[in-house]
Amino acid sequence: MENSSIIKIEKLIKRFPVGKSEFTALNDLSLTVERGEFLGLVGPSGSGKTTLLNIIGSLDTPSQGKVTVIDQSIASLSHKQSAKLRNRHIGFIFQTYNLLPVYTVYENVEFALLLQKLSSSVRHKSVMDALEWVGLTDKVKSKPSMLSGGECQRVAIARSMVKRPEIVLADEPTANLDSKNSYHILQTMKDLNKELNTTFIFATHDEKVMKYLNRKISLEDGQIVKDEIIQHSKN
Amino acid sequence: MLSLKLAIKNLLGAGLRTWLNVIALSFAFVLIIFYNGMIDGWNRQSKKDTIDWESGKGQFWHPEYDRYDPYTIEDSHAPLSREILAEIEKKNLAPVLVSQATAYPQGRSIGVTIRGIDPEQTILKLPSATLPASNGTDYAIIGKSMAESANLSVGDNLLIRWRDKNGTFDAREIQIASIFKCDVPIVDKGKIYISIETLQEMLGMENEATLLVTGEGFEFRELNGWVFKDNDFLLADMEKIIQSKKVSGSILQALLLIIALIAIFDTQVLSIFRRQKEIGTYIALGLTRAQVVGIFTVEGAAHSLLAILLGSAYGIPLFLWLNRTGIAMGYAEDMEFDLPLAEVIYPYYSIRLIIITVIIVVITATIVSYMPARKISKMKPTEALKGKLQ
Repeated sequence: MENSSIIKIEKLIKRFPVGKSEFTALNDLSLTVERGEFLGLVGPSGSGKTTLLNIIGSLDTPSQGKVTVIDQSIASLSHKQSAKLRNRHIGFIFQTYNLLPVYTVYENVEFALLLQKLSSSVRHKSVMDALEWVGLTDKVKSKPSMLSGGECQRVAIARSMVKRPEIVLADEPTANLDSKNSYHILQTMKDLNKELNTTFIFATHDEKVMKYLNRKISLEDGQIVKDEIIQHSKN
Repeated sequence: MLSLKLAIKNLLGAGLRTWLNVIALSFAFVLIIFYNGMIDGWNRQSKKDTIDWESGKGQFWHPEYDRYDPYTIEDSHAPLSREILAEIEKKNLAPVLVSQATAYPQGRSIGVTIRGIDPEQTILKLPSATLPASNGTDYAIIGKSMAESANLSVGDNLLIRWRDKNGTFDAREIQIASIFKCDVPIVDKGKIYISIETLQEMLGMENEATLLVTGEGFEFRELNGWVFKDNDFLLADMEKIIQSKKVSGSILQALLLIIALIAIFDTQVLSIFRRQKEIGTYIALGLTRAQVVGIFTVEGAAHSLLAILLGSAYGIPLFLWLNRTGIAMGYAEDMEFDLPLAEVIYPYYSIRLIIITVIIVVITATIVSYMPARKISKMKPTEALKGKLQ
């Protein structure tokens, strides 16, 4: 597969107002992410992991600096354009799954496609493919309240992958899961990364995630303190 | 369409909360239609009864006649031409001679209007045929309300005093021949009906009348010396009274609607606070803020659609039943409404009434849903995703 930069961040600064002063969450951060990477942002709470993910996902905007995601500058996108970017190119996975409680598993996964005005047969095939990737084809009619935590997170992965995005942003995806479910989820994501060349970016401090990463970026006080490429042995 | 689909799904998923709102709104919806249907039914019935008992298909008035000015009555009479007499013969016109008088039931004195009417007329529902011909005794018929207020019964004699065409006072005893039941106050209250020939003789106005009531068979044309008053004119006051009752009724309806809408507003506000994470998720999945506002607005407005469906489910059978059996009002002997009030009113539900009510309910529900939903557009998606109150 061809590798090219999908995310380019230059001198990113993000400040938040705290009372009358400001808190700098990201400080002069620069980073390039290549297509198909399986990248982890690690660091203690408050180091800026989630803020960085939110900016890459165009849920937030930089205070200063330039962030380009799939050739689009995040700062210059309108509400509509950033919504389109998220809908077409970016998938999100959250620590608390964020499934829509009144929808079934099928409908939760289908939701992302509804905005793309695809025919119902195309949608159906895509949803069933996504549920097959995560091994939940037998739960299509279940509501989230009927699923375990691991199953909910698998639905969230299917939802993020169903539109075949170029980037998946996962914020602490294994934080609420036990070891067995964590490994299952991570393996699923790793397989999808290999199969579809989707770029995965995790914010995590879960050690279990580390052994799956092929790049680990350590953040502290909003700055990159370490950027490591991880080579895994074949066995 | 997507918003509606999602909204309906969210609404049904919300369960009891949705149904409580829907039930409250459906009550308002059904009651608004019921009340207006009742007023419209009353209106139609009042008009019909007034036409049947009083105004016919319109009236020709003597130019001086003003029904609200008793002083005009003295001069409001004219001879009946041959043309008019021919129409009376064919039962196409019914002449009425009107005079002011004083009646003395049991020593009391009350002001009355004496109406001379042709006993053979068939245009008005007045039971004029029950007026016996004078046989040394002059007979009168009166309405039930008049009989009650003057304490008169069939067979009672009543002393009346009037002024003839020369202004001379005269008095005579008349006997009550029958008492009729009529729900039109202007036909009953303070009215005494006697044969027109008798009244003409009493007033010295042979072959004269104050007004002519037209019937079905009358081919409309100008009658020389008479002014035509159509039913729009004759029923205008009644129309105004009914409209004013409609306005006062609309206050009650507005209150009902407001209560139901407050419930929706409250639910919407609560939803937006409780479902911040869901709102954040929608935005993360690629919905624009406007689309999310749309979903929440449609969700609130969809309450009204469900309320209309639910209201129709129990309202339509109820309305059909009421329309068939009517609503018993009892006989209003004191006629305090000044409006015809039938013993049974049959509500009338027009398509226009239903469409207007549906539009009002949907629009108001949409507005109260939109107001809190606007807050969403000011939310930070990153905070919403965490479910933090903003």
